[in-house]
Amino acid sequence: MVRPFDVSLDLKAIAMTPNAPPREPVSRRINSALRKVPAWPLYILALIYPAWLFYQAVTGTLGIDPVKELEHTIGLRGLQVLIATLCVTPLRKYTGVNLIRYRRALGLIGFWFIFLHLNVWLFLDVRNVSLILADLVKRPYIIIGMVAFALLVPLALTSNTLSIRKLGRNWRRLHWLAYPATVLGALHFVILVKGWQVEPLVYFAIVLAVLATRISIKRLALRRSG
Amino acid sequence: MRFKSELKYSEVTPRAAYLNRRQIMAAAAGTGLLAATPAFAQEKVDVSFNGFDTSEKPNSFEEITNYNNFYEFGTGKEDPAANAGQLTTDPWSVEIGGLVDKPGTYDLADVIGGKDIDERIYRFRCVEGWSMVIPWNGFELNQLLAQVGVQPSAKYVRFETLYRPDEMPGQRRAILDWPYVEGLRLDEAMNPLTLMATGLYGEDLPKQNGAPLRLVVPWKYGFKSIKSIVKIDLTAEEPVNTWKDANFREYGFYSNVNPTVNHPRWSQAQERRIGGGVFAKPQETLMFNGYGDWVADMYAGMDLTKFF
Repeated sequence: MVRPFDVSLDLKAIAMTPNAPPREPVSRRINSALRKVPAWPLYILALIYPAWLFYQAVTGTLGIDPVKELEHTIGLRGLQVLIATLCVTPLRKYTGVNLIRYRRALGLIGFWFIFLHLNVWLFLDVRNVSLILADLVKRPYIIIGMVAFALLVPLALTSNTLSIRKLGRNWRRLHWLAYPATVLGALHFVILVKGWQVEPLVYFAIVLAVLATRISIKRLALRRSG
Repeated sequence: MRFKSELKYSEVTPRAAYLNRRQIMAAAAGTGLLAATPAFAQEKVDVSFNGFDTSEKPNSFEEITNYNNFYEFGTGKEDPAANAGQLTTDPWSVEIGGLVDKPGTYDLADVIGGKDIDERIYRFRCVEGWSMVIPWNGFELNQLLAQVGVQPSAKYVRFETLYRPDEMPGQRRAILDWPYVEGLRLDEAMNPLTLMATGLYGEDLPKQNGAPLRLVVPWKYGFKSIKSIVKIDLTAEEPVNTWKDANFREYGFYSNVNPTVNHPRWSQAQERRIGGGVFAKPQETLMFNGYGDWVADMYAGMDLTKFF
């Protein structure tokens, strides 16, 4: 029986046509299509998106508690973008899809969102110097979040071609810090909620899974060279 | 001696007006955007009470019914409003037992019947650090306890929320050890502030706020005010409340609002009043949420850092 929209049938017919050229792997087709897509629009989106969130918060369309909504949304987006940044290398290793051209933009945008998240906490949420200082030394989730942010600062500052050239192989060593920073970011999310909620645990598991792919790749590489 | 206002909410604020309040606030916030606001400041609160009612302006019906912690319907603040519609609240009965003279399964009508339904504008402080002002309707718990007859050996009251995973999707996951349990010491339960709420803003209690019957204990963190109650027991032993059971280092039995005893993970010194908009300053949290005149005596001599 032929179902409507049965594309597999069509593909088979094409593949079996005599003299059809050998089909390119999907990853290569994706890569060549992406060659025409520049990275700069990502930076523009990264400016528009928080501005739009802030506009909603000010006009009262961001829910009943706009400060928390703003703080949580931009923080979560930061974590998501940082995870995406870490996925670039495993994605290339396992699927051949190469997004390396967007990695700098992704990393910087992740940092930018986390920077905004921190500022919402400081200037719209707590707004009290003594409480902020007390939180910074006493509250584990604040400490963990701040350490994660601190780890990201040198990475953001050296996310430019000049720094890559100057730092040489140290650049790669330095930027390995993206892993502990993201793990701590996800941990910050897990321990700030009440009880064992599902969503933060899912993010934490994803970060650990991405980390696991990097560790196994490194081990495999060592074994091959050794 | 109890003050009772002759005014009903419907006379003070027409429904359309309080529903519209947020849009007006939004416009005000928009125009206030250019005004310089000092970033670091804490709002001092000057609360006065008229009878049991706080002088502060109540939150809008929309705010009170769309920003809820009711994990039985999901952990998001909007989840209860989205998911509570499926809850069957009629028929409803409450099983009252333990150390009482007249134990039994009471129909809701028998629980509410014969009580003075009061209107109370209470301050509400969540353990998470936000607060509201809520105009409840309800009766004092002591009236229900008088009806069923408390035996002399009873020292505590234990409450239980409905367990019905078919209608309460949050209960299908072990976020907490369901059903939700809360408790009060008998003197706390007898305090005239302690309300069994049956409505808010003069309307039947919305399902996301704990229909058809919930506890309201305004000097304690919000999680003590257990919702959708199906079981009440008078006991000799201190009941284990759900949040204490989940994490005894973070949540105690008493859970009195106390700005000097911090939650291990965050400060309780200040709170964000819902409805103030994005630029509103946090305000100071008051001891016993401002209800010290009614309740402080009950804790005289107790170490509140130990019995938090």
